Amino acid sequence: MSGAFLDQIFLRAKEWLLSPLAGAPDWLIQIVSSLINISGVLGVFLTLFAAISVLERKILGRMQNRYGPNRVGPFGLFQPVADGIKMLIKEDVVPARADKVVHFLAPILVAATAILALGVIPYGRNMTPFTIDGGILFFFAVGSTTELAVFMAGWGSNNKFSMLGAMRAIAQMVSYELPLILTTLPVVMIVGALSPDAIVAAQDGYSFGVLPHWFVTTPWGAAAFILFFISGLVESNRTPFDVPEGESEIVAGHMTEYSGFKYATFFMAEYFGMFAISGLAVTLFLGGWHSPIAALNFIPSYFWFFLKLSALLFVYIWVRGTLPRTRVDQIMNFAWKFMLPMAFTLIVAAAVWHYQGRGLAGWLWSLAVIAIVYFALSRLLDTRKKFAPRTYRFAE
Amino acid sequence: MNSVAFLVIAIITLSGALAAAALPKLIHAALSLVIVFVGVAAYFFLLGAEFVGLVQVFVYIGAVAVLIVFTILLTRRELTGDRGINWGGAIVALAVFGGLLWTILKTKSLAIRAPQIEPLTVKRIGEVLMTNYVWPLQCVGLVLTAALIGALILVMEEKREER
Repeated sequence: MSGAFLDQIFLRAKEWLLSPLAGAPDWLIQIVSSLINISGVLGVFLTLFAAISVLERKILGRMQNRYGPNRVGPFGLFQPVADGIKMLIKEDVVPARADKVVHFLAPILVAATAILALGVIPYGRNMTPFTIDGGILFFFAVGSTTELAVFMAGWGSNNKFSMLGAMRAIAQMVSYELPLILTTLPVVMIVGALSPDAIVAAQDGYSFGVLPHWFVTTPWGAAAFILFFISGLVESNRTPFDVPEGESEIVAGHMTEYSGFKYATFFMAEYFGMFAISGLAVTLFLGGWHSPIAALNFIPSYFWFFLKLSALLFVYIWVRGTLPRTRVDQIMNFAWKFMLPMAFTLIVAAAVWHYQGRGLAGWLWSLAVIAIVYFALSRLLDTRKKFAPRTYRFAE
Repeated sequence: MNSVAFLVIAIITLSGALAAAALPKLIHAALSLVIVFVGVAAYFFLLGAEFVGLVQVFVYIGAVAVLIVFTILLTRRELTGDRGINWGGAIVALAVFGGLLWTILKTKSLAIRAPQIEPLTVKRIGEVLMTNYVWPLQCVGLVLTAALIGALILVMEEKREER
């Protein structure tokens, strides 16, 4: 009883907030209800953004054997507050030759699309801020608008670094949008619905009470999850795919001419995009808000969602602290020669899994399909470079 | 409520269209065209055709607008200064508008009230596509796949020549 109450506590709170409006016309209730949802999403994710900005620096510091921020507040926990104040009181520099309107609108559009994409993700049982039949499609439709915003930032700045950075960013976003969408296709096919709630509902249930029916436990699901995660890294311009930015080559890419709060808006939008894509990965492959084993179902659903989300975000930071950057041509080759054929294979593998009865036989058959294509691809794409043992002429 | 929304969207869409036709800088015109696309998508939403609205945003803003913007960027230098009024274009546009208006006013279907239909869900579109229209769908899929492979081959050929 108390578990169910705790699970739905936010819905109860919303009902309580709406109760004074009992006699009001329908459209007013609708508007207020949407406003509550919006402020909920914004509140949660702005807090998460503040937390992750300091945690990322802390974790990176730990990985690089240093302290990270530790001056503001206990353990440097008030660092985001200091950063926020610093960003707010910085001078807002707009280049004299910039296209003022486009330059001004770009950060707003970037942030708006990132926030909109967060709206369709189910954060818990009955906790989707914006329920829409084609939620997955909405997510990608909104996400594709980001490219235009990035272009506006690059073009509006009237600066060669900005423009080149924007071109790089758009090139990799367009290329990886394809594998990103194609890897969600198997899930959509198996579930037979485009709504995130239906996809989460389809991953309910456990084998023997311990093995959850998440799509990541199937071979095609696991492979799709990995491909989706890599595409997500690229879409959010994170290391090792952060070529649109580069201090020594193109300064800060399309953000070169932005300062103060506009730069902070870009920064925030990047993190919001990261949250959104991780949230979608959790929804599609990691069972959404379902608990990993049946015995833990008494813990509220949103707790599980945010636990999985934090785990994915930690991997993002971990990857950033571990891997070197890739080159532009490497990113493109990887997208078109490896990711795309693999994504197509996963659709076939998911179909095989479905028509073999979704049991052990289907599991093995779909694994076989993926393995064959994977090994064939790796043989085809092998550049046959032989690395001889290194000889030192002067060092020894 | 709906008529208010209709008016607001109409004003935004039409002003976007006007800006797209009148602004001196080509990039500004292209970006104004995006406002028109958003307005059209909003109309689809208003009419309950959620899926079509989303596809409108996806295809027209995510692909067509980016394509237009890149084409302008890669093909011509900054064109500044007053382009003047293209009288020939204006006459053609007016003629097309007049023709459309005349046709719309002539039709009898204006008087027919639209029947109340249930909202077009993604599921229903999928069912229809997979049953009645499966052959056209397959043909379109084949054409698009061919285009995709063609694009890939074009890029690969270029690389081989460079060596």
